[in-house]
Amino acid sequence: MATYGTNDLKTGLKVMIDGDPCVIVASDFVKPGKGQAFTRVRLRNLKTGRIVERTFKSGETVEAADVVDVEMQYLYTDGEFWHFMVPETFEQHAASKAVMGEAAQWLKGQELCTVTLWNGEPIAVTPPNFVELKVVQTDPGVRGDTSSGGSKPATLETGAVIRVPLFVEEGDVLKVDTRTGEYVSRVRA
Amino acid sequence: MRRRAELLRRLRAFLDGRGVLEVDPPLLSQGASTDPGVEPFAVPLPGGVRHLITSPELHLKRLLAAGSGPVYALTHAFRAGERGRLHNPEFTLLEWYRPGWSMERLMEEVEALLQETLPGPPAARRPYGELFEEACGLNPHAAAPDELAEAAGAQGLRVRGLGPEDGKGPWLDLLWSHRVEPLLARLGRVFVTHWPAEQAMLAELAPGPGVRPVARRFELYVDGLELANGFQELRDPEEQARRFEADLRQRRARGQALPPVDRRFLAALEAGLPPCAGVALGVDRLLMRLLGAETLSEVLPFPWDRA
Repeated sequence: MATYGTNDLKTGLKVMIDGDPCVIVASDFVKPGKGQAFTRVRLRNLKTGRIVERTFKSGETVEAADVVDVEMQYLYTDGEFWHFMVPETFEQHAASKAVMGEAAQWLKGQELCTVTLWNGEPIAVTPPNFVELKVVQTDPGVRGDTSSGGSKPATLETGAVIRVPLFVEEGDVLKVDTRTGEYVSRVRA
Repeated sequence: MRRRAELLRRLRAFLDGRGVLEVDPPLLSQGASTDPGVEPFAVPLPGGVRHLITSPELHLKRLLAAGSGPVYALTHAFRAGERGRLHNPEFTLLEWYRPGWSMERLMEEVEALLQETLPGPPAARRPYGELFEEACGLNPHAAAPDELAEAAGAQGLRVRGLGPEDGKGPWLDLLWSHRVEPLLARLGRVFVTHWPAEQAMLAELAPGPGVRPVARRFELYVDGLELANGFQELRDPEEQARRFEADLRQRRARGQALPPVDRRFLAALEAGLPPCAGVALGVDRLLMRLLGAETLSEVLPFPWDRA
C-alpha cells in the first residue's frame, strides 16, 4: 500500500486513520523554535463525516486510502440498496441505506451524483447541489398567519419534508438546495 | 516589499545607533549546528560537503571570542524541511550579541526594538513552568516522559510516532505547541523565561526554583507567535562539547544525519567567550505582525514554492 510522509499531508489528500478512510481538510506544520516538528491535521472521516484531529511527529508515514470520487447516475432503489451506474462504462454499484444517509431523500432517478468509492465499494453519496422535486402534500397557506414565520412544511415526491413559503401549493415543482435542505424557488406551478 | 525594506532599515538603524557592529557571516559553513531540532541543508561541493547556516550564532560567537565587541547579523538562515504557515526553509534572522550584558538587560533592549518597530503594550514576563502548568496541569520541570505522554492523552491529543521512549523534549514540545501556544495567543506580548534544562540549547543553566536547574533562555511571543529566542550564552567549552555529543547521540538514535561539529567554534570557547547575552529575531514573522498577515508566505517576496 502506498504511504505518505508528513511533508505530503496536504488538504484534499486521502489517508487511512484507525482503519477508516479520511480526507485531510486542514494541515499545519507546527514547530516550537528549534524543537520537535509536528504536522497537525484535521481530517473528515469519509464514512461517518466526523471531523477528527491528529498530530504526526515529523518523518512519520501515513497509509494512503484508495479512495476515488466517481460521477454516477442514480438508477433505482430496491428498498435495501440504491443502485448507481457509471454513464461511460455502464458499470454498476449498489450503496446501502447507511452509505446513502441524507442523500437518499433527494433522489428520484436519473440524477448525477458523486459516489465515493473506497477499495471499489461505495462509502458516501453526494447528491447534486440542487434538485427539482414536486410537492405531493402541503396544507393551504393561510394569509396573514405569521405564527409560523411565513413558512409551512411540505412533503416532496421523494418523501423529504422541507419548509416552504405559504404560497406553495401541491403539485408545484420546487428547486431545493440539498446541502442545506432549504427551499430555493418555485420552478413552475 | 516596501514595508520589508523599511523594516530592515529600521532594524539596522536601531542597532547601529546603539553601537552594535553589523557583520556579514558566511552562509556556507564547514561546521554545522548539531541541534536535533534543526536540519541543515548539506551542499556537496568539489572540496567536500558544506552546510548552509541554520543561524549565524556560531560565527558571531567566534567573533565575540576574538574581541569584536557587540555584533549583529541581518542574514538569511536555512532549515531543511520547515515549511508551513509560519515556516519557510529559507528565512531572515536578526541576531545580535551583547558582551558583558545579562539576559535581563538584553530583554529590555528587545522590548525597545519591538516598541520601535511594532509599538504596543510592554511585554509581560512569565516563567515557562507557570504557563505550562496553567495550560496542561503539570510541572514540566519535574514531570517524566510517561507523565507528559499521559497528560497529552488526557488533553485529547492524539499523536502518532511519539512514545515515552522519545524522552522529555518532544513531549514538552508537543504540549507546548498544542496547548501552551494557544494560551499565549490570548496573552499578547510575553517574554517566556526559566526554560527546562532539556531545552537549554546553547544557554547557560541556573539553579531553578526546585532542585532542577533551569535554562537562562527567553522567548518573545506576540499573540502566540514566537518572535525571538535569546540566551545567556553558555561559555564553558567542556559543557558545550558534552551538549554537542549528546545532540549527536540523539541524532544517531533517531536516524538523523550527523553534521560535523564546528571545531573552530569549540576552539573559540576554549580561548574564551566573554560573558554575553544574545538573541535571534525572526524578521519575516515580525513583518507578518506588522502587516497583519496570517501566513509567512504573504510577506516573503519569493516563498519556497516560487523561489
